[in-house]
Amino acid sequence: MIRELIIYPGVDKSGFRERFTYIKLKAGETVSIVGPTGSGKTALITDIELLAQEDTYTKRRITINGQVPSDEIRYNPAMKPIVMITQNTKCFADLTTEEFLRIHARARKISDHGVIKDTIDLANTFTGEKIKKDTRVTVLSGGQTRSLLIADAILIGAAPIILLDEIENAGIFKQEVVRLIHNAGKMVIFVTHDPVIALLTKTRIIMENGAVKNILYQNEPEIRAARNLLELDRKIGNVREELRAGKAITFDFLSVNFA
Amino acid sequence: MKLVVIAGPPSAGKTTLTRQIVKRFKDEMIIAFLKIDVVKAYEDIELKKEFGILTKKIYSGDLCPDHAGVMVLGDAVEWAEENGADLLIVESAGLCLRCSPYLNQGLGVIVLSSISGIHAPEKMGAMVSLADIAVITKIDLVSQAEREVMIQKIKEVHTKIILMETNALQGNSLHRLYKLIQDSPEIDGKNLILKGNPPLGTCTICIGRKEIGWRHHFGVVQKLDGPVAEYLYRGE
Ligand SMILES: Nc1nc2c(ncn2[C@@H]2O[C@H](COP(=O)(O)OP(=O)(O)OP(=O)(O)O)[C@@H](O)[C@H]2O)c(=O)[nH]1
Ligand SMILES: Nc1ncnc2c1ncn2[C@@H]1O[C@H](COP(=O)(O)OP(=O)(O)OP(=O)(O)O)[C@@H](O)[C@H]1O
Ligand SMILES: [Mg+2]
Ligand SMILES: [Mg+2]
Ligand SMILES: [Zn+2]
Repeated sequence: MIRELIIYPGVDKSGFRERFTYIKLKAGETVSIVGPTGSGKTALITDIELLAQEDTYTKRRITINGQVPSDEIRYNPAMKPIVMITQNTKCFADLTTEEFLRIHARARKISDHGVIKDTIDLANTFTGEKIKKDTRVTVLSGGQTRSLLIADAILIGAAPIILLDEIENAGIFKQEVVRLIHNAGKMVIFVTHDPVIALLTKTRIIMENGAVKNILYQNEPEIRAARNLLELDRKIGNVREELRAGKAITFDFLSVNFA
Repeated sequence: MKLVVIAGPPSAGKTTLTRQIVKRFKDEMIIAFLKIDVVKAYEDIELKKEFGILTKKIYSGDLCPDHAGVMVLGDAVEWAEENGADLLIVESAGLCLRCSPYLNQGLGVIVLSSISGIHAPEKMGAMVSLADIAVITKIDLVSQAEREVMIQKIKEVHTKIILMETNALQGNSLHRLYKLIQDSPEIDGKNLILKGNPPLGTCTICIGRKEIGWRHHFGVVQKLDGPVAEYLYRGE
């Protein structure tokens, strides 16, 4: 059982110590990591994914339930309590979607064979053009790959901690993903440039120059701002789907969506 | 003196990994480095300039680089020991995928890149199976799921190997490798032998004949569909 994860400070890009004592994240908590491009957001979640022990260049240290994770937990995927969706949306493995998922299920010691079909079905709820089980992963588009990897993380990774690096960039149904993940009772950490996702999380970590600059907690006005933005985001989503489907925006559409 | 032999396909990250090892140990050990390559290599010059360590290189030319390694390694161990080295790192190219440069002493490290394709570890035979440690590089370029698929594949083919992953440019998560190097016993330079059986036959190809077709060659030759008895053909 994961109760908490603690991040101990490392050094920024200039080699100066980060100015927090520790960051404690609890099971079920949602966190966003925000900051300018190049500020070290990906570096921070990579430290979490690798369960760094001062052996990454940021020199951070991560503990789980107050303990230094054992080698077994750090290096055996079947034991690893963390799944990560990276910023990269390319697969190099010359395998079909089905083979890829099957080997990954073996790596994560999942014996339920239904999981492969379920994962593909779930991925297809996030994406436009459907992924088939015998499509080679190397030819999937960026958005399709990402959808597959998110579904894979939820059903095959099935870990209590999920790290997501800029899921908003792939043209997938973001709200669908966010809703699903929020309901799963997991610790979710979003690296994001998206104000909706940032405002929806309880804790916000601000990055600058490779270091954690500040930590903020969701306040009352932010919850309201998030609600309004969500509504706006849904509208933008509706327009996007109309345009993607090759339709023109009509007065009818306007009066339904922007009344 | 400790010995680390590093092998792996071109551009896998052998030198990048070597840099991390050198960075880690240069303040506590005298390090010597030998690069074996076929036609061109700059590692010796670069590493000497960057870290001021002892370096040497040898071009194998017409020979398989691992064959060349067998020939020169005795001298290299003597050279390193004479210069008071505590750690000798050998970087091999190992292109024929049939040989493996690992020895009965020291550590054998295979470097594989995450983007080299899922079937690479199976195809590389002895270069992987006889290594003590496999280091998977370039994990910054692929998804976590794909990394785990790659590791699973290697584990299924090579059950005993110690596996680790890294972004070699940054040297992430290499503590385990450093510990294994630290704990590896001193070698006895007089009793070094190859771990694998070398398939290094001397044949007419080895000495540079270019004609195509087994009829033009002697030594270790092979026909496409020839029966086993005719495998060793001695020429017309
Ligand atoms: N992104 C990324 N690039 C890497 C990594 N490791 C190595 N590289 C890059 O890959 C290229 C090849 O790395 P080298 O260390 O020269 O590979 P090598 O195995 O020594 O190559 P040869 O000696 O030529 O066979 C270089 O451009 C490195 O910067 C890694 O972990 N991540
Ligand atoms: N603490 C640190 N010390 C040294 N280098 C760092 C540190 N943190 C980040 N870097 C380096 O800074 C660069 C950018 O970092 P990173 O990729 O994490 O940025 P990012 O915030 O994810 O940017 P983007 O929004 O573009 O994805 C990387 O090359 C990384 O290695
Ligand atoms: Mg990033
Ligand atoms: Mg090299
Ligand atoms: Zn050879």
